[in-house]
Amino acid sequence: MLSRVAESVFWMNRYIERAENYARFIDVNHQLSLDLNEDFPNQWMPLVYTTGDAEVFEKKYESPTPASVIQFMTFDDENPSSIYNCVQRARENARSIRENISTPMWEVLNEFYLFIKDYRKQYLENPESRGEGLSLGLSEFLSYVRKSCQTFYGTSDSTISHDEVWSFSLLGRFLERADKTTRILDMKYFILLPSIQDVGSTLDLLQWMSLLKSTSAHEMYNRKYKKVHPIEIAEFLILDPAFPRSIVFCLHEIEESLEKVSGNKEGLPRNLAQDAVTTYLNRLRSENVHSIFDKGLHEYLDDIQIELNRIGAKILERFFKS
Amino acid sequence: MFIADYDTKNGYDEMFSHEGSARKSYHFLKSKMESLGGIELIKRSSSAEKALLSLGITFTLYGDGEQQERIMPFDVIPRIVPNEEWEKMEKGLKQRILALNLFLQDIYNEQKIVKDGIIPREIIESSTGYLKECIGLKPPQGIWIHITGTDLVRDGEGTFHVLEDNLRCPSGVSYVLENREVMKRTFPELFDKLNIRQVYDYPYRLRSTLENLTYESNPVIAVWTPGVYNSAYYEHSFLAQKMGVYLVEGSDLLVENDIVYMKTTKGLKKIDVIYRRIDDTFMDPDTFRADSLLGVKGIFQAFKKGNVALANAPGTGIADDKVIYSFVPQIIKYYLGEEAIIPNVPTYLCSIEKDLKYVLENIHNLVVKPANGAGGYGMIIGPKASKQEQEDFKKLILEDARNYIAQPVLNLSTVPTLIADKIEARHVDLRPFILFGKEVYVMPGGLTRVALRKGSLVVNSSQGGGSKDTWVLG
Repeated sequence: MLSRVAESVFWMNRYIERAENYARFIDVNHQLSLDLNEDFPNQWMPLVYTTGDAEVFEKKYESPTPASVIQFMTFDDENPSSIYNCVQRARENARSIRENISTPMWEVLNEFYLFIKDYRKQYLENPESRGEGLSLGLSEFLSYVRKSCQTFYGTSDSTISHDEVWSFSLLGRFLERADKTTRILDMKYFILLPSIQDVGSTLDLLQWMSLLKSTSAHEMYNRKYKKVHPIEIAEFLILDPAFPRSIVFCLHEIEESLEKVSGNKEGLPRNLAQDAVTTYLNRLRSENVHSIFDKGLHEYLDDIQIELNRIGAKILERFFKS
Repeated sequence: MFIADYDTKNGYDEMFSHEGSARKSYHFLKSKMESLGGIELIKRSSSAEKALLSLGITFTLYGDGEQQERIMPFDVIPRIVPNEEWEKMEKGLKQRILALNLFLQDIYNEQKIVKDGIIPREIIESSTGYLKECIGLKPPQGIWIHITGTDLVRDGEGTFHVLEDNLRCPSGVSYVLENREVMKRTFPELFDKLNIRQVYDYPYRLRSTLENLTYESNPVIAVWTPGVYNSAYYEHSFLAQKMGVYLVEGSDLLVENDIVYMKTTKGLKKIDVIYRRIDDTFMDPDTFRADSLLGVKGIFQAFKKGNVALANAPGTGIADDKVIYSFVPQIIKYYLGEEAIIPNVPTYLCSIEKDLKYVLENIHNLVVKPANGAGGYGMIIGPKASKQEQEDFKKLILEDARNYIAQPVLNLSTVPTLIADKIEARHVDLRPFILFGKEVYVMPGGLTRVALRKGSLVVNSSQGGGSKDTWVLG
């Protein structure tokens, strides 16, 4: 497989995964804001902090109103990670490797892009009709985005050979997903509670619940745990071996995909990307959630992100730069 | 029904005779269209367009500093070529390809045709497509032009002429194949009734044409594209996908010890055959244009050593030269001892004094084109140009007479075309695709390009032209 193609497959999947995550973040935050009354602090800026794009946001928008944050995260072409930009880039990557993916995959992505392009145009041209950006249309739009991403995954799964192209798809998808799970957990760090007495309050739990929903994890979580509890939520999202958005699960998928694309059978030297993933995965598996909280969740999540970036750099070095 | 108002008085119409009756090969289509009615036709047309859009069958247009992706406008009323006419055309095209191939082999080797005085040496040597680097080349199997798209037009009397030969990187075959797929979905009932000759096997034939160039039993084949911003990028990726071969850009390739490799996730991998969709002079900055960013250093040397096969072979551009084109009847006669089956359009060479005088005096009646132009750029259609434009163009001609040829304005044939909610006559040409492998294969049909503007004779997609499916009935 051409190195250029491998890189494009990788990014195509990262962008789709990112778009899907953004759609969920916005939707859950929207739902959460409906549950809160006016006395509570604005819940929209943490979303921007979470995605790591606060600097771009603050340059362009005066304040984090619902409308401005939503516009920034969905349609802003100056935000490199807006849903619009992600889908556009995913489609450009797909176009440049069209011969490596199936026509059904391309159709899903192309129609997805055409839809967003039209929707964005209408949205930007009719500021009055969208009010505070919290219209019914928004929920429908976000649900369309989520479904299109999932259709893309499903179509990929069932229409292309599970060979190298597929393995690089998974690499991109799970690396991005792991990163987004750390960010969503970290969101709780940025959402301020009115006072220290509110720790463990209904509001606190409501916020934790919304994090679970942002990762579409609340139902699976409920199956395993009896009630909403911050420590258990963190445990679930970081260490659960079976939940497809937990860090451990994602890293395991990365480890397996790397094994496939490396083509190294027993006895042959492993590459640095493989070493980085395995070492880190073993370390994570030996942790428990209490040791994580002892270090501080926010600091711990920072560490995970650094490790994920390191793994990403090693993949780039080994496979894309030849 | 709305076809009743159709004007058939203007020149040669593919579907209707002057008297307004449908030609034999169109009888079934006409009655089907009448029974469907206008509203249904428009409905099917718009669903065909939607399908093309969602498949992303687009080309890229430049202009206003921004590139735009467009679908090629597609007209649902097919053009039908009767079988007996097609058989003659097929023979004529085979003859032409064989002769042109012999010409290329000769011109880069013995140059007998020059020595025998058929074509003046200065015409060959002044052609921008003539690459002295190719002198002495003998490509695998003696084949230079593996893929050709020849443009044919009918004149006002209905006679087919060759308008030009495209022997470098002719585009459009992907539209032929995609249009056909869309048409099958749009008019399944027509496909049930008419015995339309198939085109779907073109990619397989192309692949075996490429395999024919190497002795490797399991060759590595690639389509070489200038990249995603090239106007024909869609086609490059389409062909690679349908053939199941690699699609590469210059930056994916590397030459070491005269062997061409591509950069893969598992290291370097040797390539045996390349279908290149990049112009000769951009191919190799070591040999041709040093400023080419798309090319690969050393690839020409690898080709000369026989370590990689290139289709089409470098140097074929000489036969794209419209001055050389005017000699093709003599070329056929010289190498094959036959008369040309499909005539050329009468052509005046501005480098010949007598012709030049005629062109300057009659520019208002002529089409003047650059000898090495493509895409409908840099030409003038005399009758449609203002006095001033004509004068300006005359200056251009006088500055570089070798570079211009002139032809009478042909009243290209028309085909009924759906324009908004009416059916109107629009001018068309036809580009069949020809493969030269173990034998010469002519795809039955080809790309019918339509000038969508009323009265316009310019069919190029870069100038807003559209396309139609072309049916050869078996």
